[in-house]
Amino acid sequence: MLNTDLIRKDFPILERVTASGARVTYLDSTATSQKPLAVIEAMSDFYRRSNANIHRGVHTLAEESTALYENAREKIAEFIHAPSARQIIYTRNTTESINLVAYSWARANLKAGDLVILTEMEHHSNLVPWHMLAAERGIELDFIPVTADGLLDLDAYRSLLARDPKLVSFTHMSNVLGTVNPAAEIIRLARDVGAVTLVDAAQSVPHLAVDVQSLDADFLAFSAHKMCGPTGIGALYGKAALLESMPPFLGGGDMIKEVKLRSFRPNTLPHKFEAGTPAIAEAVGFGAAVDYLTKIGMDKIAAHEHEITEYALERLEEIPGVKVFGPSADKKGGVAAFTLEGVHPHDVAQILDQDGIAVRAGHHCAQPLHEKFGIPATSRASFYLYNTKEEVDLLVNGIYKVKKMFS
Amino acid sequence: MDDLYREVIIEHYKNPSYRGKLDPHDITFADNNPLCGDHIQIDLRVDADGKVADARFDGHGCAISQASADLLMESIIGQPLEEVKKLNKDSILEMLGIDLGPVRLKCALLSLKVLKAGVYGLGEASDALVE
Repeated sequence: MLNTDLIRKDFPILERVTASGARVTYLDSTATSQKPLAVIEAMSDFYRRSNANIHRGVHTLAEESTALYENAREKIAEFIHAPSARQIIYTRNTTESINLVAYSWARANLKAGDLVILTEMEHHSNLVPWHMLAAERGIELDFIPVTADGLLDLDAYRSLLARDPKLVSFTHMSNVLGTVNPAAEIIRLARDVGAVTLVDAAQSVPHLAVDVQSLDADFLAFSAHKMCGPTGIGALYGKAALLESMPPFLGGGDMIKEVKLRSFRPNTLPHKFEAGTPAIAEAVGFGAAVDYLTKIGMDKIAAHEHEITEYALERLEEIPGVKVFGPSADKKGGVAAFTLEGVHPHDVAQILDQDGIAVRAGHHCAQPLHEKFGIPATSRASFYLYNTKEEVDLLVNGIYKVKKMFS
Repeated sequence: MDDLYREVIIEHYKNPSYRGKLDPHDITFADNNPLCGDHIQIDLRVDADGKVADARFDGHGCAISQASADLLMESIIGQPLEEVKKLNKDSILEMLGIDLGPVRLKCALLSLKVLKAGVYGLGEASDALVE
């Protein structure tokens, strides 16, 4: 286990007391993580000391801002073991990263009738861009089914692969079930039939050591805000040859090499995909978040979360009327989505909030997955490096309180 | 905050008086709260004077959304449709007797939005209907 007494000191918000007088028990890191002082201060220092627009200026502040912005990109590349920083495209978030692939790569490479394979456990951000493309282009979508215990049905996947898919786009870790999918195997099988792969790593990069080269992913998308960084910035990793071959996504400043009245030449990677003044302070914060996580160690963070999750599943499952969704702790990350018989998840979350316990309730942007399990919504507790077993106990006591109120 | 789950709300949630469907009906409409997937269908019978003769709701959702739907049905039976059109956010908050944050307000107002969209014959239950 990590020394949470020390780690929690890095997160001032965890001292927050809510209106009811309870200290906050933050079990909603899957939605967004809290931010350590190192990140808050890096961003504040940037605005206090270095702020200027990047790339074009030659004055001291512009040089410094550019260096900080690009230095953060180097750190992020190293964090996921990308061969080079120019393969890291800054975006607003995972959703925009996926949309970048859908607008640029897919519109240049897919035509009517081409098959894109997704899974039944996708977040809406890896469904809707493809729905939009299906409506516009007539591409076909099919889905790797989810088994009753919350795993991907890989036999069904193998049959889908026989239909010559052009793209396989899937979540590395489900934001509801917590399932960690066998990404390397999914990618290898896709590669065998010549399909391009896109990994939604919004939940995996913050919680597991991810190596894009050993995964052999063509594209991999993630967000800073789920990994101790700020909102408003994310990244798309891509293989260099693919990124080089793709047309620009958004047009504007910084993404060009040369502009004439009637034409332009796009910039080189990664700038080709970064139009307009980007989120500079956020990039600096993203870099600081990566430093922070690296210092603690991703393997240690994963082990800590595993222990908390194992304990949480054990304690939740002993509550009569509670049903936890997803696989056993050894196959999942720090997520426990559950229902409580006779009580709507919103009410569960609201009553827990009385004691300062923050869990999320709803379909967590995964409506089709909830439909598959025949439920409109779940309550979801999720864990990160700052959570403790004592907080799991508070959650469990809170659920007993909910039961009493509705009994 | 305990007020939010005062007995009347839990009671209307657990034992609603107006849950169900009306067949035949004069007006029916259903919609979701995209935030949480809450779903409400409302059926009305309207008499010759343009008054609500009977009303039922069906669907699923949290205690706030289901209790407010039940209270709403109770309050509109016998009312002229013209009066029903005048109901807004404040009418619901008054019925519930609680104050709600922006997120839970959506749960509380779903039934009124569905009701008004049905009465006006609209295709969608929008926020503008309850302001």
